[in-house]
Amino acid sequence: MTKPVDERHDLTPPVDEPRPTRRKDAPPWPARLPPLVNWPVVFAIPFLIAATLVVVYPVVYGFWMGADPDLYEDLFTDDTYLRTVWNTIVFVGLGVNLKLVLALLLSGFFALGNWWIRGLLAISLLPWAIPSVPALLSIHWMLNPQWGMLGTLLGSMAIPNPAWLIDSTWGMVAAIGAHIWKWLPFWTLIMLAARMAIPQDVYEAAAVDGATGLRRFFWVTFPMLSNVFLTSALLSTIWTLSDYNSIHFVTGGGPADSTHVLATLGIRYAFDVGDVEQGVAVALSALPVIVPLIVVLVRRLGREGF
Amino acid sequence: MAATRMGSPAARIRRNTGLALIAVVVLVWTLLPIYHMVMMSVSPSEEVFARHLWPASPTLENYWTVLTAGDFFVEQFWRQLWNSIFVAALTTFLVLLIGTLASFTIARLRPRWGNALSNAALATYVIPTSFLAIPLYRAMANYSLLDTSWALIFSMTAFASPYAMWVFTQYAKTGIPLELDESARVDGATNWQIYVRIYLPLMRPVLVAIGTYALLSSWNEYLLAFLLLNSAENMTLPVALGSFLNTDQVPWNLLMATSLLYAIPPVIIYYVFRRNVASGMTAGGVKT
Repeated sequence: MTKPVDERHDLTPPVDEPRPTRRKDAPPWPARLPPLVNWPVVFAIPFLIAATLVVVYPVVYGFWMGADPDLYEDLFTDDTYLRTVWNTIVFVGLGVNLKLVLALLLSGFFALGNWWIRGLLAISLLPWAIPSVPALLSIHWMLNPQWGMLGTLLGSMAIPNPAWLIDSTWGMVAAIGAHIWKWLPFWTLIMLAARMAIPQDVYEAAAVDGATGLRRFFWVTFPMLSNVFLTSALLSTIWTLSDYNSIHFVTGGGPADSTHVLATLGIRYAFDVGDVEQGVAVALSALPVIVPLIVVLVRRLGREGF
Repeated sequence: MAATRMGSPAARIRRNTGLALIAVVVLVWTLLPIYHMVMMSVSPSEEVFARHLWPASPTLENYWTVLTAGDFFVEQFWRQLWNSIFVAALTTFLVLLIGTLASFTIARLRPRWGNALSNAALATYVIPTSFLAIPLYRAMANYSLLDTSWALIFSMTAFASPYAMWVFTQYAKTGIPLELDESARVDGATNWQIYVRIYLPLMRPVLVAIGTYALLSSWNEYLLAFLLLNSAENMTLPVALGSFLNTDQVPWNLLMATSLLYAIPPVIIYYVFRRNVASGMTAGGVKT
């Protein structure tokens, strides 16, 4: 005997498969976004916003602030400025070259890779790992001509202590030394990595041809490193040019503003003297050097990596 | 390699003496300023001006003074420490976010303008910040962000993310096969799904490297922090260290104790992540 149709319907067993959970049913959130959000340009928007607000706008603003030609007339008759240009050339010229040549030589030492040399490498990275402000403050006080520890140390070895922060030449020496102290480990690592990338069979082939010792360095190692060396030199030039801390904390620009570089003089004019436009003009006056460097670096880095 | 080609015993002795000499010079050169920092930080106040290589009665009192904020100079120590942590953490997060997003589009979606964007980013990377500092200060004033942590966070993010983008792009172009994206797309994945589920997990090694880089560089930044933050309760620690020099009677022992407390965290992070930092640095490919 059959039941009426509508009753039978009630008795049908519930659907076997459980209702799919919400989580499984709904696609994960990125798929629920409207299609426009998947445009490639959307992914670049955060960077574009940040770069526009923090880099592009200030660059344009800077050009506008330093547009008055009178500012440059003032600069080129300003003895402090001319002195600063010379200091910058010395600071960058000596700083970059000494640092990179030392890094190249030291990387050869560290490439030997004995256990104790590896340990020494780890220790020698300390200046790079330490924030620059405390390290430079320490160097500043260490060099104090009256009470500094270096004077005491040299005195105990009967070496006269140079007038570090009193004399402008010794001031520059101190600042360049501090800069090298801080950045040498970084470049040593770069050179070391580049050295390690030279295939061993090149050396073996060179050894077969009789190239050993110094000749091996000049005819095999250095040519193979020259590309990295040149890129490093360019990059280091631009970074050294903008190194504010080494001068500011070691000499403070003193004595009597004789050890400023462009990076510190611009800030001094703008914020200590209070002439913001003049400060911008100091920075802009470095453009003839900076712009070509940027162009060359972007092409080199973009084309071939480091 | 050179070790296998050693000559007579005399030559070996000469060589080892040379190496030891280099080692000693490197050690003294590297450690002298650090030793000086430690030495000053354990000097009692009476001995700051004493001419010696180690204080007669070393003391940890300076550290105690700093940690309990027991001196005018270190009154805001904890506050400033927090500011430094806050800035470093947020900058790191933003750099990773912006860098991965932009590099994803350049390296994986490959739009026509990708190359132009990556060159623009490289140009931003090599612009010397201290030459841009004055107009940047004015710009931040126009945004009404002066003397807030956000001014520093946004600036550091904008200056650090181009490098992040560059390293990420290099890594994504060479390290992750494009077929992964294609097969995901066949399965119906959208760009955002590919970014979240495929791209980010596979980028983990460089994320750690660049994260460390961004963390350390924002923790260490002085000039921008000094210009953008000026009240004692908003400044980060390096600015506070610099402001010790504003007086004639600088308490060098206290300054060096604060300096060490400030310098130790990044040094630890650096050595923990050293392999990653080094690989990130060469991820762009140090090519010979």
